[in-house]
Amino acid sequence: MSEQRDEGYDEWIAAIDRGEGYALECPNGHGSLPPRRLCPECGDPDLEEQPLPDSGTLDTYTRIHVATPEFVDDAPYTVAIVDFGITRLTGQLRGVEEPEAGIRVDVGVEERETEDEPLLVFRPA
Amino acid sequence: MTGVRIAGTGHTHFGQFPERTGRDLFAEASGEAIEQSGIDRDSIEALFYGNFMGELAEDQGHQGPLMAEMAGIRAPATRFESACASSGVAVREAVKDVRNGEADAILVGGAERMTNLGTAGATKALSIAADELFEIRAGMNFPGAYALMAQAYFDEYGGDREDLAHIAVKNHENALENEHAQYQRAITVEDVLEAPPVAEPLGLYDACPITDGASAMVLVSDEYAEREGIDAPVSITGTGQGSDRIALADREYLVRTPAATAAAEEAYADAGIGPEEVEVAEVHDCFTIAEVLAVESLGFFEHGEGIGAARAGETTREGRIPINLSGGLKAKGHPVGATGTSQIIELSRLLAGEHVNSDAVPDARIGLAHNAGGTVASTTVHVLEVAP
Repeated sequence: MSEQRDEGYDEWIAAIDRGEGYALECPNGHGSLPPRRLCPECGDPDLEEQPLPDSGTLDTYTRIHVATPEFVDDAPYTVAIVDFGITRLTGQLRGVEEPEAGIRVDVGVEERETEDEPLLVFRPA
Repeated sequence: MTGVRIAGTGHTHFGQFPERTGRDLFAEASGEAIEQSGIDRDSIEALFYGNFMGELAEDQGHQGPLMAEMAGIRAPATRFESACASSGVAVREAVKDVRNGEADAILVGGAERMTNLGTAGATKALSIAADELFEIRAGMNFPGAYALMAQAYFDEYGGDREDLAHIAVKNHENALENEHAQYQRAITVEDVLEAPPVAEPLGLYDACPITDGASAMVLVSDEYAEREGIDAPVSITGTGQGSDRIALADREYLVRTPAATAAAEEAYADAGIGPEEVEVAEVHDCFTIAEVLAVESLGFFEHGEGIGAARAGETTREGRIPINLSGGLKAKGHPVGATGTSQIIELSRLLAGEHVNSDAVPDARIGLAHNAGGTVASTTVHVLEVAP
């Protein structure tokens, strides 16, 4: 994918990879993901990094069969949205045969199926 | 403040024309609209034009002045981009300019060339309406995004694939006699359920096709229509627009579309009507689940009730509120930048008694068009009324 450096995002994905994932939180308790200069909900510029909880709850998921060119050789694969309380994350779900809303999962960074690209991956907690 | 009338409409056939350029498609649609309006080209004071993926599909940015050339007009021309709501936004801005006296006659429309990209290429081009860092890099695309919403809906409210299949069947049925439609063939519930999966729980027949096409119309002020003796029986009486966070995961709801609700509330207030007065609607059914979320967000059904509406016959041509009598995006096709204007054109023809399906709503005077961009991070809603 992109070879350019994406300030804010690259540091964030590296932190997830180290098991030190975080989200941003404003004084009003709104969570968001970097890069931000202010809270997208209330505009407060005072954002602090807060650690992501150890695990989150699976909100929804889909098994994608028709993919974009970058992911066409990976298909089929499962994309999920997981609620970590402070924020939700979108990533791929692995290690679950039959997903169900409500199951607990961890987040980490793994490689794509077909390319050496970092990918946000959820696995059963 | 003046009223806004639809003076002329133009519409290419929607379908697969990979050899036709966007400029050729828009030349056809705009030419038809201007001719039908009877307005001299020199009297058109602006072009508001919707397009989403021109850079990817045709290496063509800066399409405003290009499309003014193709329409044969010399007037300020601006392209509007708001993903699949691009021409809905163009219409809204044109309505505002006519109302506030900036112009008496505006050409508004949109075009998209898509099928030359192929399925994977078009899927990628559409996907850039999502959040690149947090959604596209996870392998999400638009079928996937709507599938995430469908699964969340099933988990929260119930309903199943068969309920969704009835929406696809209904919209194909509506498109049978629509000369603009990409698919003029009936399908069955079994066809939908047995189709190959695209993004589970959605299959191929839950999705709208990839489409080339253009649409255009000429909007004029009440005063101009009267002064020039233009026959324009349908007015745009309400306009509204809403936005939401771009990434689905960042939304308050995975099973509701508040941007559509906000747009509808604004459009209803603007027109001075309520959802119960709407007699026919064109909604953005890019996937079957999208029609469910739309009819609920517009106030036609309670949350959790929209899923069964087609199956119960409430949104069919015989039902309480016929939805997508044109065939919708699902069967008529979805050339992204042309869709918003196309919905309003279909609705105006339905209300004027000039549509092949007008007999389904013979006395209807109020219609609504709902045009959504991305996973409904952008929405426009327009209310149309037959002049008394």
